Amino acid sequence: MQSNIPIFPEQASSMAAQVDSLYLFLVLITTFFSLLIAILILIFAIKYRRTPERQAEQIHGSTLLEIIWTVIPLGISMVIFVWGAVIYYHMERAPSNPLEIYGVGKQWMWKFQHPNGQREINTLHVPTGRDVKVTMISQDVIHSFFVPAFRVKQDVLPNRYVFTWFRATVPGTYHLFCSQYCGTKHSGMVGDVIVMTPDDYSTWLASGKAEGSLASLGEKAFQQYGCTTCHRPDSGARGPNLQGLFGRPVRLVDNRVVLADDNYIRESILEPNAKVVSGFQSIMPTFRGVVSEDEIIAITEYIKHLAPQEANPLNNRSTPTQIRDSEVPNIQQQNMQQEKQQQENKQQPQKTPQGTRPANPSGKKP
Amino acid sequence: MSTATAIVKPVMPERHYLNDNYGIRSWLLTKDHKRIAILYLFSISFFFLLGGIFAALIRLHLLTPNGELFQADTYNKLFTMHGVNMVFFFLIPSVPAVLGNFLMPIMVGAKDLAFPKVNLLSWYIYMVGATFSLIAMVSGGVDTGWTFYAPLSSGYLRTHVIAMAVGILFAGFSSIFTGLNFIVTVHRMRAPGMTWGRLPLFVWANYAASLIMILGTPVLAITLILLALERGFHIGIFDPKLGGDPVLFQHMFWFYSHPAVYIMILPGMGVVSEIVTCFSRKRVFGYSFIAFSSIAIAVFGFVVWAHHMFVAGISVYSALVFSLLSYAVAIPSAVKVFNWTATMYKGSVKMDTPMLYAVAFIGLFTIGGLTGLFLAALGLDVHVHDTYFVIAHFHYVMVGGMVTAYMGGLHFWWPKLTGRMYPEAPAKLAAIVTFIGFNLTFFPQFILGYLGMPRRYWAYPPEFQVLNVLSTAGASILSVGFILPLLYFLYSLKYGEVAGDNPWQATGLEWETSSPPPTHNFHQIPVVTKEPYAYGEDAEVPVVH
Repeated sequence: MQSNIPIFPEQASSMAAQVDSLYLFLVLITTFFSLLIAILILIFAIKYRRTPERQAEQIHGSTLLEIIWTVIPLGISMVIFVWGAVIYYHMERAPSNPLEIYGVGKQWMWKFQHPNGQREINTLHVPTGRDVKVTMISQDVIHSFFVPAFRVKQDVLPNRYVFTWFRATVPGTYHLFCSQYCGTKHSGMVGDVIVMTPDDYSTWLASGKAEGSLASLGEKAFQQYGCTTCHRPDSGARGPNLQGLFGRPVRLVDNRVVLADDNYIRESILEPNAKVVSGFQSIMPTFRGVVSEDEIIAITEYIKHLAPQEANPLNNRSTPTQIRDSEVPNIQQQNMQQEKQQQENKQQPQKTPQGTRPANPSGKKP
Repeated sequence: MSTATAIVKPVMPERHYLNDNYGIRSWLLTKDHKRIAILYLFSISFFFLLGGIFAALIRLHLLTPNGELFQADTYNKLFTMHGVNMVFFFLIPSVPAVLGNFLMPIMVGAKDLAFPKVNLLSWYIYMVGATFSLIAMVSGGVDTGWTFYAPLSSGYLRTHVIAMAVGILFAGFSSIFTGLNFIVTVHRMRAPGMTWGRLPLFVWANYAASLIMILGTPVLAITLILLALERGFHIGIFDPKLGGDPVLFQHMFWFYSHPAVYIMILPGMGVVSEIVTCFSRKRVFGYSFIAFSSIAIAVFGFVVWAHHMFVAGISVYSALVFSLLSYAVAIPSAVKVFNWTATMYKGSVKMDTPMLYAVAFIGLFTIGGLTGLFLAALGLDVHVHDTYFVIAHFHYVMVGGMVTAYMGGLHFWWPKLTGRMYPEAPAKLAAIVTFIGFNLTFFPQFILGYLGMPRRYWAYPPEFQVLNVLSTAGASILSVGFILPLLYFLYSLKYGEVAGDNPWQATGLEWETSSPPPTHNFHQIPVVTKEPYAYGEDAEVPVVH
């Protein structure tokens, strides 16, 4: 047993102080109104206690008072609403150029993969001073990624990727909890988030026995599962060419246009017939139960790294002649334009960062 | 009491609903709303006791951080069965099915509810549900959590989920029948002169709760049936492996289960309005504001469900809307608290047991309500969601609020139910012990939650132990506060003072008939000529019949 009782969790992220100030404000409001009511009740109970001499004074009510004690709480709660909404909006928006880490939750452990191929179980190493985006999925039931010291929490779903982000500020070891009840060993699905200085973090990254970068692992899986048989960059390919696919709009056989993000790629692997690309047959078998979530993450990472090469013979029947602005999911307006085919000779994946994909001259949706 | 009868000791009426006829048949086939209320009283008290035992075991287990008392699976079953018993088999039926059943017809001046046979049927359906739930518990228990989140409940756990779901389904139908009966009774069976503006606030509150029961409960039924279909027949609805969506389950579950919170608290608020006026000897402050705030809570309560899902993967924009609407539902609750407090102003206040419970309710509900603002604040909810903060918050509302109001109501109307008074001194002691024990149990959990202790944890990091020990200590005090009434209520059945028709000199039609009331409630149908809570006019003058 500890000798002193903590009443406040550690602050170890850029978000923590913001959340705590709102918390303290609410503690003040709660204390004020609870004491107000308690003291009034106490005063009334004593001052107006029943005696044989006193008669109660009959009062029907007061519309003015009713208005006052409707409007004041309404005003206060609108302040709280806006305050909470601002913090939440900040939490839910992905930072630009973050350090990307992938997580898989399963009964009852957390697995994390770093871009350089480092993997860890029930620990998560992150550097201070850098936005870290953790993209997660569950292999079975719903879990929840909760780091109290960072004030972040995100349910991890079994059917699509979700993310959370934080910027750690203080080196140290902090609790990682699963906060969504997930069966027998729910309380054993815990781990440590180890926050290191950037230097220590690089040392740690380099020290590992990574078998290669995440993208190269993905490439191996891509070949191992025979994806290359159809997803070839030549005109005879039975499947769409994947080069330059990530983050771009894709036209489907039913003429819908969807954005090729990580959820789309995962769905196309597990349920190929859900969204068939325009110009192709629905001939791909499902890989559900064959490929693991970890491998899907690696394959997606590999596909992200397949950069397009322009001005080459066009073969990709998938990318139709024109996709209008209005058809494109608004998340990705900027990648609109170059809806032409992509190049032919598929070679080694090119480790091009996403940012170097062709810029979009067409501008944004009105 | 007139001066004449005040000196003469009150006597029990010769014939009343309890001695009108005898035998097990006369109870099991009764159509008398008062006897059905008594049947419910015994049934829900059983489940309260059972749920309380589970709670005690949970608190004992959490004395040590490493999970030493029970296996993890056993612990998971304990908190699941505690939640299921307390929510579906105790809290939801508590005030409506016991006090509401007994009082609603009398308060509006009717001989019975609109559909007496449906009323009896509702108890039988409740018992069928209770049987299924007991079978599920006895044959090994259920470990889904009372929230039954899919796909964990539909595809992963091997316990008796379907039996429990069927049990809850039946309990739900019983509350639909009760709600239906209340609504029709209030519309169609009011005595001459009992206008809507003269209805006691207890009737308004139960009417509002009934609206939620009949509109919300069918969605729970649908949700549980879909869950059973997925579990039993692998029809994919919620489990992504079968092509379903797990977040859909949460939407459907909370669409009922959030309004269900108001099914639980609204009737308790009704009880408090009755008690505060009576023990302040004053008209209620702002009658129409309290009445309409009940309806407002019932209506707004239906559009805030996704505030349970801010970290569940819903869109930012829907989260914003649900957060905003959650603040809208907080306002009518605040209005009620202020009006109750104002009712005491310049009153003639007597702190008898029911009033002790009522003011405890006001205080604890205020804390419970205000901590709800923490949870509705988006950025803050992310941190406290699914922690002990949430546990503390809803126990302040459900136990500090609802159970306290139920206990207050039970003391207040005990003389009407049984014709005898409970002993005042031990009752006051129990009320105070409950208040202290409750706060000691649940206040530390707010701190635990903000520190980050997740709910439903079989084992926890050692730094949380001190607060857990405090909480368990509080729970042992709290249990004394709940066992005492059981003892003196039983004692009073035989040895309690004969109460007389109106021991509190309260207004309201239920106090104008004898205690206990005759089978048909009134010897002649009353005619209402006054506003409710007409204290100070002629409340001191007896109503002779």
